[in-house]
Amino acid sequence: MEVRQVDNPDVQRQKVEDIISAYRDKPGALIPVLHEIQNALGYLPRWVQYRVSNIMNIPVSEVNSIISFYALFSEKPKGEYAIGVCKGTACYVRGADKIIEKLEEELGIEAGDTTPDGKFSIEVMRCLGACGLGPVMVINDDIYTRIKPDKVKDIINAIRQKDGSETT
Amino acid sequence: MQIKINGVVSEVQPGMTILEAAREMGIDIPTLCYLEGVHEAGACRVCIVEVKGARTLVPACITEAADGMEIFTHTSRVRRARRTIIELMLSDHPDECLTCGKNNQCELQKLARAMNIQERKYEGEYSSRVIDDGSPAVIRDSGKCILCRRCLSVCSMIQDVNAIAPIGRGFKTVIAPAGKEPINQSPCVQCGQCVNVCPTGAIIEKSDVIRVWEALEDPRKHVVVQVAPAVRVAIGEVFGLEPGTSVTWKMVSALKKLGFDRVFDTNFTADLTIMEEGSELIQRINEGGRLPMITSCSPGWINYMEYFFPQLVEHLSTCKSPQQMFGAVIKTYYADKAGIPAENIFAVSVMPCTAKKYESQRPEMYSSGYRDVDAVLTTRELGAMLKEAGIDLLSCGEETFDQPFGAGSGAGAIFGNTGGVMEAALRTVYEILTGDELDNLNFHQVRGLTGVKETSVKIGGREFSVAVVHGLGNIRKILEDIDKGRSRYHFIEVMCCPGGCIGGGGQPISKDPGIKEKRIAGLYREDEGLPVRKSHENPAVQELYREFLGHPLGHRSHELLHTRYRNRREQEYENHWKTDSLSKA
Repeated sequence: MEVRQVDNPDVQRQKVEDIISAYRDKPGALIPVLHEIQNALGYLPRWVQYRVSNIMNIPVSEVNSIISFYALFSEKPKGEYAIGVCKGTACYVRGADKIIEKLEEELGIEAGDTTPDGKFSIEVMRCLGACGLGPVMVINDDIYTRIKPDKVKDIINAIRQKDGSETT
Repeated sequence: MQIKINGVVSEVQPGMTILEAAREMGIDIPTLCYLEGVHEAGACRVCIVEVKGARTLVPACITEAADGMEIFTHTSRVRRARRTIIELMLSDHPDECLTCGKNNQCELQKLARAMNIQERKYEGEYSSRVIDDGSPAVIRDSGKCILCRRCLSVCSMIQDVNAIAPIGRGFKTVIAPAGKEPINQSPCVQCGQCVNVCPTGAIIEKSDVIRVWEALEDPRKHVVVQVAPAVRVAIGEVFGLEPGTSVTWKMVSALKKLGFDRVFDTNFTADLTIMEEGSELIQRINEGGRLPMITSCSPGWINYMEYFFPQLVEHLSTCKSPQQMFGAVIKTYYADKAGIPAENIFAVSVMPCTAKKYESQRPEMYSSGYRDVDAVLTTRELGAMLKEAGIDLLSCGEETFDQPFGAGSGAGAIFGNTGGVMEAALRTVYEILTGDELDNLNFHQVRGLTGVKETSVKIGGREFSVAVVHGLGNIRKILEDIDKGRSRYHFIEVMCCPGGCIGGGGQPISKDPGIKEKRIAGLYREDEGLPVRKSHENPAVQELYREFLGHPLGHRSHELLHTRYRNRREQEYENHWKTDSLSKA
């Protein structure tokens, strides 16, 4: 499995500047700007919000208000292993909430959060279009189908083991 | 156009809301989130009324009256719905009325009483509660917030600051700065206009009352107090007087009864400000300095400039505000003259303002070697202290301010209202530049409540273009013009709050729509009643220069009476950049 790459801070800063300046004089561009920055950085840290506010002349409270309104935007960085669990109707009736519960238990965080070591994050997703295979879970680019709650621990442990052998 | 409310027929103007029509007819419809001209959103639904033929109850504050409309304001259907609305608000509101800063002044409390609510009908989950008391000026308690958004409307529409916004959504919404950070780390200018409009105790000023009591009770402390001009025409309201009634001499007597060792008049340092600021203006004009020069007495305005237009801070006069000039002079000149060590002096000021609390804590404001002003009370806090001490202002005798700073001129008095600093400066600058005496001291062009007042004044054959602005929401365009090099003004007066200091965030809260005019009229009466009406003719100011300061803009003035500014905005960004990138590394 590929580990998600995180840019170094200077590269991040440059990417943010480029995105903002591409949109700076376009009215109503706040949401597309936030969207692009989130795609580039994986999340919307506070310094980004201040930068967007300063350059685009939109109060930082409003920028933050919008980010906090839409579930799509996140203020927290995703983990190196970003776990997404589908909670669309089909996956839900097949027990997606049990999967989420197990993940929360195993990782010690709530859905929407990232572990303190930055390794894992849990995100609740909308329908991924694989309803026949539910419940569906995605970790970075790998897709797990028809998961049973008692398999969750094994999946996480397998990643932990692999990750440990790579870094040591 | 005719409508009928509760069976009474009345002629109303087209375009009027049901609420406006009812009020004109003397019929009371309760409101909560409604704030005339500022927040008319129909959000809280307390003002709902029954309209004949309408399927649902309609909010009176945003529904236009239509010809032939038949309206009922207190039917049992309306009363029951209204009561349920308040009961639901109470289900997410703490039972802390007895110890709340807004006890007896809370609009939710009043409505609960008016609806005859006698029990907590709904029990349920409470929204999360965060108390932010990190600011020197205001305390926010999200637990008491009813999400009416009046604060937010004032902060954006009147003050153009936008420090707060709704964060999150649904039941989890809180009104807070970006990221629910402390208000101190936001663009907030500490003006306290939100305090004046909050219907509950969710935003109140940070009280200095206990610290002042402690100082007054400490026998080693020599406690002096200065009182701002705008306080004397508003403190009477706390004791039931008509707004604008000037109670200057009774107030001095009351302050002495509270135990202050000396009672001084901030009007005196207002005069001193004019000497320094007027000289600075003349110097900038003669020597090609940065123009237009902009006044710097209003700390909320300074905070705005430092955050939103940091590139223009050199346009600000370097003069400290009268409050801070006073502090610096008390702990140097006065300490020497009275033979009291500065460390034993506790300097209090009574201000119409919450931003003054913040200003007194700025690191630049220690120029005497000590904190120049130790504690700042708002007009409201002074009223509360007097009541606590059982001092009835109305039955106090009349006493005069103490020497050596006793006398303030009429020019100092009008520092408390919009246009006053400009008028005071014009009186002095005119006479200094021309050497002639002014025939008419009253500059009516700069008076009144128009948001931006501009005029030009001929002084010694030269034409000076000036502007007067109050309410921060009115200043942006002028600053943008300056930024683009297109401003034609020489001198601009800016006061942060609507109406100037008399409308400050620390003044008694009032529902009187004419409150500003009345308080302003009180200050002009004060001006006209004083023997000296020009700052440079104030004998105490002349003596201070003779004995201590030398001359305006001199070495001592520079050290004690002038200051410098910073770029708050860049600081915020860099701080967040540092903490975010550090936490990642």
